[in-house]
Amino acid sequence: MASIRPFEHTTAPEAATGEAGAPAAKALTVDARGVSLTFHTGDGEVQALANVDLQISDGDFVSLIGPSGCGKTTLMRIIADLQQPTAGTILVNGVSPEQARLARHYGYIFQAPALYPWRTIERNVMLPLEIMGFDAKERRARMERYLKLVNLSGFERKFPWQLSGGMQQRASIARALSFDPALLLMDEPFGALDEIVRDHLNEQLLRLWDQTGKTVVFVTHSIPEAVFLSSKIVVMSPRPGRIVDVIACDFPRDRTLEIRETPEFIKVAQRVRSGLRSGHSYDE
Amino acid sequence: MPANWRRLALLAAAIGMLAAAVLPLSSEPTAGLLSRPALLAATLLTAALYAGAAFVAAPLSIAASFGGVALSCAVTLALLRDATIAGYAAWGFWLPVLATWGAAWLGVARLAAVKPHDKTASRIVDLAIPLLFGAFIFYLWEVTVRGFGVPTVLFPAPSVIAIRFFASPAVLWQDFVQTFVLGMLTGYVIGCGAGFLVAVLAHRYTFLGRGLLPIGNFVSALPIVGIAPIMVMWFGFDWPSKAAVVVVITFFPMLVNTLAGLNTAGHIERDLMRSYGAGHRQTLQKLYLPAAMPFIFNALKINSTLAFIGAIVAEFFGTPTQGIGFRISIEAGRMALDMVWAEIALAAIAGMAFYGFVALAERATTFWHPSYRT
Amino acid sequence: MTSSTVSTARPAEIAWHPAVGRYAPIVVIALALIAAWYIAAVLMNINLVRNAFERNETPYTTAELIAGTLNAERPLLPAPHQIIETFADDVFDWPVTSPRSLVYHGWVTLSATFLGFLLGAAFGIILAVLIVHARTLQKSLLPWIICSQMVPILAVAPIVIVVLGSIGLRGLLPKAIISAYLCFFPVTIGVVKGLNSPDPIQRDLMRTWSATPGQIFWKLRWPSAVPFLFTSLKVSITISLIGAIVAELPTGAQAGIGARLLAGSYYGQTIQIWAALLAASLLAAGLIGLISLAERSVARLMGAH
Repeated sequence: MASIRPFEHTTAPEAATGEAGAPAAKALTVDARGVSLTFHTGDGEVQALANVDLQISDGDFVSLIGPSGCGKTTLMRIIADLQQPTAGTILVNGVSPEQARLARHYGYIFQAPALYPWRTIERNVMLPLEIMGFDAKERRARMERYLKLVNLSGFERKFPWQLSGGMQQRASIARALSFDPALLLMDEPFGALDEIVRDHLNEQLLRLWDQTGKTVVFVTHSIPEAVFLSSKIVVMSPRPGRIVDVIACDFPRDRTLEIRETPEFIKVAQRVRSGLRSGHSYDE
Repeated sequence: MPANWRRLALLAAAIGMLAAAVLPLSSEPTAGLLSRPALLAATLLTAALYAGAAFVAAPLSIAASFGGVALSCAVTLALLRDATIAGYAAWGFWLPVLATWGAAWLGVARLAAVKPHDKTASRIVDLAIPLLFGAFIFYLWEVTVRGFGVPTVLFPAPSVIAIRFFASPAVLWQDFVQTFVLGMLTGYVIGCGAGFLVAVLAHRYTFLGRGLLPIGNFVSALPIVGIAPIMVMWFGFDWPSKAAVVVVITFFPMLVNTLAGLNTAGHIERDLMRSYGAGHRQTLQKLYLPAAMPFIFNALKINSTLAFIGAIVAEFFGTPTQGIGFRISIEAGRMALDMVWAEIALAAIAGMAFYGFVALAERATTFWHPSYRT
Repeated sequence: MTSSTVSTARPAEIAWHPAVGRYAPIVVIALALIAAWYIAAVLMNINLVRNAFERNETPYTTAELIAGTLNAERPLLPAPHQIIETFADDVFDWPVTSPRSLVYHGWVTLSATFLGFLLGAAFGIILAVLIVHARTLQKSLLPWIICSQMVPILAVAPIVIVVLGSIGLRGLLPKAIISAYLCFFPVTIGVVKGLNSPDPIQRDLMRTWSATPGQIFWKLRWPSAVPFLFTSLKVSITISLIGAIVAELPTGAQAGIGARLLAGSYYGQTIQIWAALLAASLLAAGLIGLISLAERSVARLMGAH
């Protein structure tokens, strides 16, 4: 199969405001309508997702937050064509998830770094580029650029086990960015790290998003993390997964961690928490 | 071992050495140690070294004990050249041997307890211990066989075997080529190669894999060596039948292990490949195969011993006039045990060299696996 | 593979009963292999049978030719039903103590296997315990034990039997010793691994309780080693069987499965060889089954579900 060049993404232009402050319509990166997923197991049916409607615009940073088992990872896997819904329709960048996957429109970052232990960091970052058919010079250039972006220059020749957890996760982010996808899907990427490293990486991720203008879908179950990072928070309920609330946040794009103590932040966090509570996330 | 016990043991060893000067060396009338000035001097020096080792601190003490051991070995071996002693050795001879055994054992034990900081030093120590241990076992073998006068026909001494080994290069080479190169290696390459290919297919088509894996597991446990006579019937007496046996023996472990290895790639890594839109061939090349390497090499190592055994045993069922198995049965029948042992030594060296080669290749390709890093 | 621009949902997968999913592939592949065997038998024996017909100058049809390949007296590759027939004959048609009964030969080999296995397993376990507790042994002896397995002991089998024979040990014991030599190694390696398997955390806990090495061994190390022990016992017993069979070869033994193989190959009784192989395979399967049974009962005692 001839290598397909990924969807070349240019940094999003400033949100053009029309007259009287009405923002111009942005392209929809993800358009999900009535998505449901039912598993058939040995003892009956399990409904993982029930009738989910979600629209994500170009350049958004959307967090999916909910308790374990509420289907947020499932929803993201459906977007990534790693699973198929049993009902409903979904479009990614205007095409089916499968076509989006084959055209390499998105980069996926898992809970674990999933770096290959037999490859050095540089070869790990170049892995998708090899598969997608970039030539050697281009691969090297991109690898260096993105390792620099995540502050891992100088660690190219190291093996994954020689790096700390946080550094490994940064390397996996560089790998996901290397082929310049328009959409980033991140499944609890910082869950296994300690809070200090996590804070640090949150800041770095925010800078990255600001610089590259990509669309990010971010799964988490940390309320402060969701509120800090997102432009839109989607609160989900436990099984069957349903969207309980969609909260728009417009904190300034150059925010720092101090913002977590401000009253505006706390108000949004409270709204998220009440959404979780009304969805019975805190029930036994 | 507590320091006092060690000191006592070393002193006892020193006394044991001195016994050689006093007690009779042989049940036959012979010149005692006192009339062999050079050997007497060496014996006294050894006793001094042991006694000294008892009171000195670690590195010097270990060196002293091994120095004493070396000297003592030389003395006893020199004594055995005397025809009146060889075969009739008495307590004057055996006490020094026992004393040296004790000192050697203590030396090895202390070396094992040493934990050098330097990485190369520690690797040298790790290599030295089994080598010293083995060398001493060979010495004991030599001394016991010659001291007790065990007939060569029954159980030859290492020196006799070594002489025979170096005196028959042509025969040994012929046997080596026949059994090892033609019989074993060809079979090994074909069997492992076929097992690998079928495993890749079985991985691609899961139905095939799920059916073949249990069957393969079952067949690997069977005494496949038994098909040797059938292979002789199909392929004749010469090496192809041996190679055929080796092919069947190595096929199944390779199949089972490679398949298990190809299946170890984690879900996350597989999803990652899927997210890149990678096809099966790319995923095979970049994920499944490298992840399977530890398992593949495990099979290659197991197969190296199995293949060798298979090739030799297959020769018991009929072979032209060469081959290691053939030579062993012929020479055993003629009671020429020194030649038999020389062939065994050949087989041992070849087997260990091959295994070592595979192990080195394994280290180069699977250095990243956690079991090597701990 | 074309897909519409709008992704439609997939219908839910049909759920097969789990037993079907597990056993169907094995059964299908096994049947396929048996069918391939029959075809191979036809192809391999065809020249033999055709020559026989032409020598007797009898006319033959293709059907008779094929039937002949599947029923030849000394075929190059016997058909499965021939092997099973001969096997059944040799097992059921002779009294159990007769030297023509496969049961008799099977028993001879089995007794050597068992004795060798017991000796080898006991030796292997003791060696493993010593190795784990004495660092000296671990560093000096273990490399040599590994090397010992590369010396093809089966090459030494003739000598061992001759040497032991000259001291007066004949029959069962030399074979058992050869088997024991072969099968102690997997047990040693497995048990060493098992005895060293407890977490450092567990071992530290023992130290906080000032446990003696004996207590640590019986309460922590040995129970952790049991699964490893059983895995290596399964490997070990099959190796012991192979050792017993091969030990019968070089000395022209009169009894045992190896002897049967040898006799079959000397007298050109092809099917007899295959029947003996089938007997050996059934023995191997039975032995592994026995160990698995033991493993399951021990595991249940130790709390597995």
